[in-house]
Amino acid sequence: MISAIAKTFKGGIHPPDHKSLTAAKAIEVLPPPTRAVIPLQQHIGRMSEAIVQVGDRVLRGQPISKPAGPVSVSSHASLSGEVKAIESHPHPLGQVVPAVVIESDGLDEAYVSFDYDPKYLTLSAEEMKNRIADAGITGMGGATFPTHVKLMPPADKPIDTVILNGAECEPYLTSDHRLMLEYPEDIIKGLRIIMKVLGVQKGFVAIENNKPDAIAKMSELLKNDPDITLLALKVKYPQGAEKQLIYAATQRSVPSGKLPMEVGCVVQNVGTAKAIYDAVACQKPLIERVVTVTGAVRNPKNLLVRIGTSFRELIEYCGGFSEEPGKVISGGPMMGIAQFTLDVPIIKGSSGIVVLSRKEVAENKPQECIGCARCVDVCPMNLMPTLIVNYVENGRWDLAKEAGIMNCMECGSCAFVCAAGRNVMHQMRFGKFMVQEMEKAEKK
Amino acid sequence: MADTNTDTAPQLIVSASPHLRTTDSVEKIMYSVVVALLPALAGAVYYFGLQALWITGIAVITAVATEAAIQKCRKVQITALDGSAIVTGILLAFNVPPSVPWWIPVVGTVFAIAIGKHVFGGLGLNPMNPALLGRAFLMASWPVLMTTGWSAPTGGTTSGVATVTGATPLMAVKAAMRDLALGVNVEQSRAIVESAGTAKAYFSLFVGSVGGCIGETSALLLLVGAAYLFYKKYINYRIPLSFIGTVAILGWIFGGEGLFTGDFMFHILAGGLILGAFFMATDMVTCPSSPLGQWIFGFGCGLLTIVIRLVGGYPEGVSYSILLMNLVTPLLDRYTKPKVFGA
Repeated sequence: MISAIAKTFKGGIHPPDHKSLTAAKAIEVLPPPTRAVIPLQQHIGRMSEAIVQVGDRVLRGQPISKPAGPVSVSSHASLSGEVKAIESHPHPLGQVVPAVVIESDGLDEAYVSFDYDPKYLTLSAEEMKNRIADAGITGMGGATFPTHVKLMPPADKPIDTVILNGAECEPYLTSDHRLMLEYPEDIIKGLRIIMKVLGVQKGFVAIENNKPDAIAKMSELLKNDPDITLLALKVKYPQGAEKQLIYAATQRSVPSGKLPMEVGCVVQNVGTAKAIYDAVACQKPLIERVVTVTGAVRNPKNLLVRIGTSFRELIEYCGGFSEEPGKVISGGPMMGIAQFTLDVPIIKGSSGIVVLSRKEVAENKPQECIGCARCVDVCPMNLMPTLIVNYVENGRWDLAKEAGIMNCMECGSCAFVCAAGRNVMHQMRFGKFMVQEMEKAEKK
Repeated sequence: MADTNTDTAPQLIVSASPHLRTTDSVEKIMYSVVVALLPALAGAVYYFGLQALWITGIAVITAVATEAAIQKCRKVQITALDGSAIVTGILLAFNVPPSVPWWIPVVGTVFAIAIGKHVFGGLGLNPMNPALLGRAFLMASWPVLMTTGWSAPTGGTTSGVATVTGATPLMAVKAAMRDLALGVNVEQSRAIVESAGTAKAYFSLFVGSVGGCIGETSALLLLVGAAYLFYKKYINYRIPLSFIGTVAILGWIFGGEGLFTGDFMFHILAGGLILGAFFMATDMVTCPSSPLGQWIFGFGCGLLTIVIRLVGGYPEGVSYSILLMNLVTPLLDRYTKPKVFGA
């Protein structure tokens, strides 16, 4: 089924999108690196446990760590070679995290064949889910929640809808866009696997209206499909945010502080769906992903990259910096994280590397709030950032909590529109942390 | 030569997301308001002569100088040219009669900037509109100068009514309504009220060829400026609509001799309502941020304006009503928060 433009949420912003830098560039395969640094923590939840030792020879696709609890995922070698070290290493999410360092032997020898298994459709839901868990898949849109956990909702939360998120509302990024153009069948097959695992009849593929070619491609595949609806979304940041997306597809509002399963929905990124298809149909673990490398680099590209490749290698493959760099961002420019070094690895959740030149990174001089209330107008969660930040600045965590600060998803729309250049987003984040601290203290 | 080499470990900038920001700034907003006030200033010069420009110029220069001097004393960054002091100067001048002596805008603006703004910490921290506070100070200190210096506009009369001189339209009609209520000068008073309600009188009020404060008389030119601010999305319709709507409805219900016989057009166009509703009640710093708070704020302004106009001691109540509602703004924001998505 094809649906007209979906309902949208109140608020949101229209940042300049810069997607034309890479939107028309087909995915290129980056040659395997000589060294891969694979962090044991690439997901939300408990850090995985290494199952290899320094000196071991590992093969491409071989598990190198195992889940350390129910909310945890394994990781795999992304090339063949020798484990040189298991040591702490800078991580794109900001911490320093233990990682398995593999030096390539140049053979790129596979652990098993990873051939297409034509009988995968006859697998039971349980078997499919096990293959997904064994492949070490996390959400690939950036939040990196373990995928198999999302596919095991508690019995009292029946799921009736699966939504594939192809909104890609972050400026600059085009990796999901290219995947939808180049692997639409795999993505839809992945969606069917998710629907089967969850026992769900109704699926959506939601794409922002600024990707007409991807919409056309998907509508060709879905025009006679009774179960899956293609949804064209209004172009607006953050239309791809989970709660806003669920509202667009189903007009259901996820209650404050709850997860999508509360309203019977599971949302997965289109890239995750592709990885799920590869895992179930070919038993292929998640050892590579598409990354948009863009901004102030000489040749912006969409690259298929082995997990563990350093940012430096991607940037050099794209011709290096085109101007003096100001910020190197892991992810998109709205929610991504500015890096202090190029020696951080691509992880399962790395959707892009955005380089902003020094000129583009304008010096920001925060002023007093003049009460223009634009942050109130744009907040997709309907909060009043101006009021909440005032509470946070005065240490009134109680009032900040009462004003709903914990609903903030840190999309950054408030800081984007702030004419006084205030660090609204950062104050909100700080306030959330302090409210949690306050709650912990109250429990004691 | 810019450092573009990945090997030399460039000094990367690290800061919290988001990494993109609007190109808008406080200065752009303030100077847009200045631009939006220019049509009305041009009108004032046309109707009241160069005296209007003179008074406005004195107020603007005083505002900028006062701000710079105070910031120098406070040892903070001098931002006197960020446009906000200029806006305060223009608005103060717009709120005094055209033929006041030169020191009136000086005293008013010094009070507005020093007491109205910097005592509280400067731009963004003032609870009340500085220009209106300056005007209130002048009204309390020199009431005669502030209520008698009306000039006849080019191509019109001060009161808009041929038989009344030396009074603004609101003053003339208020006096006539009082006489009607008391039963004195009935015929003459009724004639004044009726002539204020003719199309010709509305037209004078609309274009601004009546007596009044420097910048308040021409609804047309003020609306041109307001349209620009709407286009730039620096103001929204909530406060102007609820403010003017409340004045119109209550003016219609209670403004006549009997209920539902009031002249709502007169109440919209006469006095400082258009200036107040579009340029002063919408002052970002002192009006609520929540949508519902803005509706209530506008309604409160309208209610107080009509109360002052119809039963208060002054003929006009726009500036006092805004000042009073300014004080309620923090409460409104706290208790009219929008419903959180999913709550």
